[in-house]
Amino acid sequence: MADSPDTTADAPEGVKSQEPTSERDQDSLASEPISIAGLADSPSKTNKQKIDILLKATGNAPIMKTKKWAVDKDKRIGWIIEFIKKYLKLERSESLFLYVNQAFAPAPDQLVRNLYDCYGSDGKLVLHYCKSQAWG
Amino acid sequence: MNAAHKMANDREVLREIWDGRIPVCFQLDSSEVNGLQAPDPYYLMVPRLSYFPLVTDKVRRHFQRYIHPAKHDSEMWMDFNGQPLKWHYPIGVLYDLYIPEISLPWSITVHFEKFPESELLHCPSREAVESYFMSCIKEADVLKHRSQVVSNMQKKDHNQLWLGLQNDKFDQFWAVNRKLMEVGNDETFKYIPFRLYQGDEPFVQRLVKPVTEEGQRKTLYHFLQEIYAENASKVKVLTHGVEPPPDTPLQWMSEHLSYPDNFLHLCIAF
Repeated sequence: MADSPDTTADAPEGVKSQEPTSERDQDSLASEPISIAGLADSPSKTNKQKIDILLKATGNAPIMKTKKWAVDKDKRIGWIIEFIKKYLKLERSESLFLYVNQAFAPAPDQLVRNLYDCYGSDGKLVLHYCKSQAWG
Repeated sequence: MNAAHKMANDREVLREIWDGRIPVCFQLDSSEVNGLQAPDPYYLMVPRLSYFPLVTDKVRRHFQRYIHPAKHDSEMWMDFNGQPLKWHYPIGVLYDLYIPEISLPWSITVHFEKFPESELLHCPSREAVESYFMSCIKEADVLKHRSQVVSNMQKKDHNQLWLGLQNDKFDQFWAVNRKLMEVGNDETFKYIPFRLYQGDEPFVQRLVKPVTEEGQRKTLYHFLQEIYAENASKVKVLTHGVEPPPDTPLQWMSEHLSYPDNFLHLCIAF
């Protein structure tokens, strides 16, 4: 997939489109405690670890020019939904659904870290988005 | 013990867990009482495996008469000791999380004002609970069977799972759920669906297989070692109000101690 070189798109703070990285932490919780992150954008207490999120449009959803974004693992899914809505200039009232593995919709308070640890690989997590319920 | 015996006992475990109930005393936040007379508390036995929005319609009706009329249609939410209770966590998980602070009946404060936007998800309807619940079941099946069981089910099977939970019908629920829990002879799930809770921190999910690389079945202790490394022996695990012994097989736990959403919900203390 070709990445847009443009990193100046109206990206909210905390997100950068970037080249793929291949770091994958294997640390156990014992050596690397998870942060106590609020639902909203509370700053992480641990060192910032980013992974690449690959956003794919489904159904009638508009395609994003930049598809790959580096996101803090401590972010919540709800934050990514708001980010996509802002990027696509959707109204706040419009719905946007995010799916993992084209199978299930994670709750808005689910951590990116948990989804990456279970469904991601090679520093990358693929998420499908659409404007109506697709897989469930 | 012969196999038939063992299976009968295992079914009793499912039944005991299904029947878990918690006595709750709901009280309206005194600052939200409109008028001179404060309402009586409302007592209810709530199923551990259910979700608060599925069992609190009566609570809402009981308190509605006592709040400001302008607030009649606002979303009801609840807290325990000032900690907002997440509606999308099963009731038993919330109870196990706060167990050190709880004396029975569990005293919960009901609110119709000042919804804590940053801490709770909105629950506009029962359908919101249903879609969250079904999404969890689908996620668990991705982990257990690469999504194959749930996607081969019919819509009526999905409905039966939901209605079984909503109406507290064990047989109705398990008639379908056993398909999600099925494994062939000497086989296991691919991964064990679980969520680990520790205090106010967000829960933790990881990929954990039920067997070791040598093909041995893992126990709860193997599992804790995988997650907590050298701290494993200090970890206390609570689920359904009990501490499973460290030598409990992980695959057995997943089949018998999972909540209706097909996840093991384990509360962790050190």
